[in-house]
Amino acid sequence: MKPRSQSLYAWMLLFPALVLLSTFAFYPSIATLWSSLFTRGSARRPAKFNELGNYADLFADPVTWKVIGNNLIYAGVTIPVSIAIALLMALWADSRMPAKSFVRTAYFTPTMLPMIAAANLWLFFYTPGIGLFDRIIGVFGFDSVNWLGQPETALWSIILVTIWKESGFFMIFYLAALQTIPPELKEAAIIEGTSRWTYLRRVVLPLLMPTTLFVLVNALINSVRLIDHLFILTKGGPDNATKLILYYIWELAFSYLDAPHAAAMTVLVLIALGIVATIQFRLIDKRAHYR
Amino acid sequence: MKLGNSPLISLDSIGALFLALAWISPLLFAIWAAFHEPTHAIDFDLAAPWTLDNIRAVWSQAPWLTYLANTIFLVTLVLAGQFLLCTLAGFAFARFEFRGREVLFLMVLLQLFILPEVLIVENYAIVSNIGLFDTTLGMAMPYMASAFGIFLLRQAFKAVPRELEDAARVEGATWMGVLLKVYVPVARPTYLAYALVSVATHWNNFLWPLIITNSTDTRPLTIGLSLFGAPESGVDISMISAATLMTIAPLLLAFLIFQRQFLQAFITSGIK
Repeated sequence: MKPRSQSLYAWMLLFPALVLLSTFAFYPSIATLWSSLFTRGSARRPAKFNELGNYADLFADPVTWKVIGNNLIYAGVTIPVSIAIALLMALWADSRMPAKSFVRTAYFTPTMLPMIAAANLWLFFYTPGIGLFDRIIGVFGFDSVNWLGQPETALWSIILVTIWKESGFFMIFYLAALQTIPPELKEAAIIEGTSRWTYLRRVVLPLLMPTTLFVLVNALINSVRLIDHLFILTKGGPDNATKLILYYIWELAFSYLDAPHAAAMTVLVLIALGIVATIQFRLIDKRAHYR
Repeated sequence: MKLGNSPLISLDSIGALFLALAWISPLLFAIWAAFHEPTHAIDFDLAAPWTLDNIRAVWSQAPWLTYLANTIFLVTLVLAGQFLLCTLAGFAFARFEFRGREVLFLMVLLQLFILPEVLIVENYAIVSNIGLFDTTLGMAMPYMASAFGIFLLRQAFKAVPRELEDAARVEGATWMGVLLKVYVPVARPTYLAYALVSVATHWNNFLWPLIITNSTDTRPLTIGLSLFGAPESGVDISMISAATLMTIAPLLLAFLIFQRQFLQAFITSGIK
């Protein structure tokens, strides 16, 4: 086939995918940016160009800062903790022990559940008075706590569910990576009389570095995306204590019908994701194994 | 502690087992609650009788079979679309030389980070404008041209030895023939892995279906479950647990039976 007709053929193959990608990813990204620059129109008053007014409104609104702060705490806690637990799980699930396949399955099972179902399961733990957590602390003589109903504990309760949900998912990547470490390394370490901690720190962790980077990017994306449980557990309350960015975008657009401010908020998230993407592509260039 | 010759029963295995129990305890308590009267469920009275009343009550209170059919239709439609579009696009990127290929591929990769979830507001407007609001097709379309699928299949196709293609060509196969007879069969493990991940993802999807559906005829299980469990519906913990178990049962059972394949699928899709 001649190069010209090859090229034509390739574009034909790509055409359907490009149409849908443009319609549901590229066009809406640009449309979001565009509509973030206009006021909310109505039947009587058409939308007017508002420059960066919507962004100024957002930044002037303490709720925005509360939501961004919440999401930073959410990311700042769920990412390192779930990665650390995932690593621990993988080390355990990879070692010699009884009931190994049960252990592995138990760790991974939350990954297979919808977030909305996970939230229902956890309701049973958090319900004040009758929930399991209250019973446990009751044994030690503490008073009942309204875990989801008070600002001091609500966000942490949400964070716990997320950690529970994603740790097992990250575990499998560590598990796969652990199995590629040559057994000779461990044998050599045993002969040298290396302690377990040194072996972990000097041999295993450096070899797992590419996996950690891959998991880190996934965890970052999840810290924006995993919000379904809010719909069941708190609806962003009490007093915005658990409101996260994506939930807030949904609320602005579909509860308050305020598309322009939702668009401005979306643009901020897209910028953040763009930064993550840039870092990620750099890492690919540096031949971290994720390709 | 030294490496090697660790005893089978050690502090580690106790820790691992304890964590495993903690990790499935929400599920275990849901099973406990779903099969007990609400009062017994809360008391943890181990002698309390087991009952199917909750399941029966939940079953009769919502159109679960319709929700289930909707979910199955949704994941099938998404997967069929993904297979078709990503196969064609992946093949083009893997096997053809054309101007702008690199730039185009980079744009596809960029979509990995523009999460469909983030663009819900505009996508809602687009789907409504083309008249697909509250349809399964409208719910499925934004996910069909999956950058992730294109990427995975491109990798799989690139790994196919050229000799296989040349052999097919000698026998007079066209481009389509080569794709269907040589590339697709070789990439079968990738298709399987991708299918499992895709089905699991869309079976569990919530936010987008919440926005784009408005009737029992299109709502998937996740939406049905959230409507059923809403606080204003006044159902108790036993009913919620029963409904939750019912909605997660199909996928969970499939996972428990085909566990190895599922784990392998998630690993393949992540590392390739």
